[in-house]
Amino acid sequence: MSIRIDQLPRDKFIMPGTAACPGCPLLIGLRQVMMALNGKMSLVIPAGCSSVIPGMSPATSYGVPTIHVPFASSPAVASGLVSAVRMRGNNGPVVVWAGDGASSDIGFAALSGAAARNEDLIYILADNEAYMNTGIQASGTTPWMAWTTTSPNGKTEERKEMALIMLMHKIPYVATASIAYPLDFIAKVRKASQIRGFKFIHLYAPCPPGLKFDDSYTVKIAQLAVETGIWVLWEYNQGKLTISPPSAMYKDKSKRKPLSEYMKLQGRFSKVGEDAMKIYEAKIDAYWNTILKLSELYK
Amino acid sequence: MQETIQRQARKVLVGDHAVAEAVKLARTQVISAYPITPQTLIVERLAEMVDNKEINAKFIRVESEFAALASVYGASAGGARAFTATSSHGLFYMYEMLWWAAASRLPLVMAVVTRSLGPPWNIHDEHTDIMAIRDSGWIIGMAQNVQEALDMTLAAYKITEDSRVLLPVAVGLDGFILSHTAEVLEVPSQEVVDGWLPPRDPHIPYVIEPGGEPITMGNMVKSDAHHMLLKKMMDEAMDGAKNVIHDVFASYAKLTGRNNGDLIECVNCQNSDYVAVATGAWSGDIMKAVSDLREEGYNVGFLRIRFLRPFPEEAIMDVASRARGIIVFDRDYSTGLGGIIAAEMMGLVPQSVSFKGVIAGLAGVDVTPSEVKAAIKDFIDDAERNGPIRIRKTWLMQKMEGGKP
Ligand SMILES: Cc1ncc(C[n+]2csc(CCOP(=O)(O)OP(=O)(O)O)c2C)c(N)n1
Ligand code: SF4
Repeated sequence: MSIRIDQLPRDKFIMPGTAACPGCPLLIGLRQVMMALNGKMSLVIPAGCSSVIPGMSPATSYGVPTIHVPFASSPAVASGLVSAVRMRGNNGPVVVWAGDGASSDIGFAALSGAAARNEDLIYILADNEAYMNTGIQASGTTPWMAWTTTSPNGKTEERKEMALIMLMHKIPYVATASIAYPLDFIAKVRKASQIRGFKFIHLYAPCPPGLKFDDSYTVKIAQLAVETGIWVLWEYNQGKLTISPPSAMYKDKSKRKPLSEYMKLQGRFSKVGEDAMKIYEAKIDAYWNTILKLSELYK
Repeated sequence: MQETIQRQARKVLVGDHAVAEAVKLARTQVISAYPITPQTLIVERLAEMVDNKEINAKFIRVESEFAALASVYGASAGGARAFTATSSHGLFYMYEMLWWAAASRLPLVMAVVTRSLGPPWNIHDEHTDIMAIRDSGWIIGMAQNVQEALDMTLAAYKITEDSRVLLPVAVGLDGFILSHTAEVLEVPSQEVVDGWLPPRDPHIPYVIEPGGEPITMGNMVKSDAHHMLLKKMMDEAMDGAKNVIHDVFASYAKLTGRNNGDLIECVNCQNSDYVAVATGAWSGDIMKAVSDLREEGYNVGFLRIRFLRPFPEEAIMDVASRARGIIVFDRDYSTGLGGIIAAEMMGLVPQSVSFKGVIAGLAGVDVTPSEVKAAIKDFIDDAERNGPIRIRKTWLMQKMEGGKP
């Protein structure tokens, strides 16, 4: 499915004047979701920055039917919502747009449950790698060694690989994506909307205040994540796992940019010295290995 | 709508199955529940009905009670008629969602099979679980018997979907005493229920659906005063529900011949010097004690609380203003306060009227009509001799061997 930027809808699905910080990645990502589906969806949003971004009721800047729900509940609310609208003959996409805390921690059981039931949902984990709305606390996807307010000396644990965990739920579609690669992401959302069952997309969305980088660098950081190989774009579609085009060349380790280029722009990694950087690079290799092996398994 | 009493099928059902029967008759579209004793028979029966296509509904087999309520809430937001059921620890696991659902003003029906709370683990009956949701914005009814569990569940749909109400309704039934006890009951036919309870209008109050009207539910609020106003509107809807509850049971009575009252059921409560008060299944035993006492010449009646929310304030004040004494039996308690119904009622009973609160039957402890009778008799004798007496909290329980529990 090839997508041309000049053929994407130009409608303003998100009205101006949101409460997002400058350079907010969620606004970029959410806009891409709405473009992908031409605004013809409904959104289920748990507590997080995305419940604040649309601004204050009785107004909202989100131009699509939206329900804001408790932190842990979005996959379950969406399961009921999609059941109801399907019964009423509406086959449009129901999209959960949830943070990493909502998905990998507090709402993990509900996410696993909805996936195991193969509910007809598109679940997008918009991952800014910490609890941003409450002021940058470590979550299940915060990477090793990253500073947060609850890991002031750097997180001591590994992050959870949410897309791999979801893959093992045997759902029809799992992908990773990045806000810096809109055509790849939009193609994935559109593909997901054509498939029945549970679709999971893990979207990398680096947040300037949370990761401590200049707010003009949001897209650059997201791009560097792919170019250094720390974020791998891949797609599992009903039995077949492939590395997505923007990441394809980085299978070859020598093509990857040095990890330090990604890390040095982010204050959260200031504690990562040379030794830690080496360990980090080994972790990246190990992740690539897993994905490449999986792509051979799921041919 | 038919206005004459319609033929009904006579069946023998346990309370949980009676609730499932009502859920089916209401043509519920989305059902989601998680098993917990003594509610399990409801879930199992409904899953069976869905699988056998006895009912055209989707059953969402969730991984927790929190998800059960969250998913029926989502279903209601998507325009469907939805139902869940739980008990005790399961109800507490739902707690955050209970408040969110009520304040979203979406229609929902939930059965709560009352059960005590651990530790220690105990599956037996107590009302403290359902009492703990009384501030959340749910309308809360308590059935006295299996027939009423069925009738009240059916009525709950009509109450919650009424545009003057739009608050979720919890129907309480006592664990085991009703949930697992078979009674003969009368079940209205599908045609009669269809005529009385039309399909839900998905646009009341609003519907969230793909490609639909781009409305938002629940984002942050510009002024806190607006949020406070929403609370006041919920309170007004609770007040409005009093009339709706009256109308719903009145119209149901026209079809079935059954009407056990509105927010309360009154058995000689308005013309007696003394009135005993309780809610739920043990009301039968308490009524038995009351009628025995009447035979012995005591001028005593009974007030059964059918709805804990909206609280039957006016009815209670009316009864209390005519009485010489009120004795309340609570199968529930608020640690550090006492029996919850007693606490909520005492302020409505004039100082000149004797009052006593009795906590009994917690944790499934059996309370016999003769124990109740003795407690009422003691109260009346004491009040006549020393009145007015005012005792909000007493414990009616067996002495444990060795003096200490
Ligand atoms: C049950 C509950 N616990 C805690 C909170 C407070 N809370 C609101 S948003 C949030 C963090 C959200 O983090 P994440 O899901 O990563 O989304 P982000 O804000 O980063 O987009 C927390 C902890 C809450 N709303 N509900
Ligand atoms: S904290 Fe980060 S994710 Fe949240 S609104 Fe600001 S930029 Fe966006």
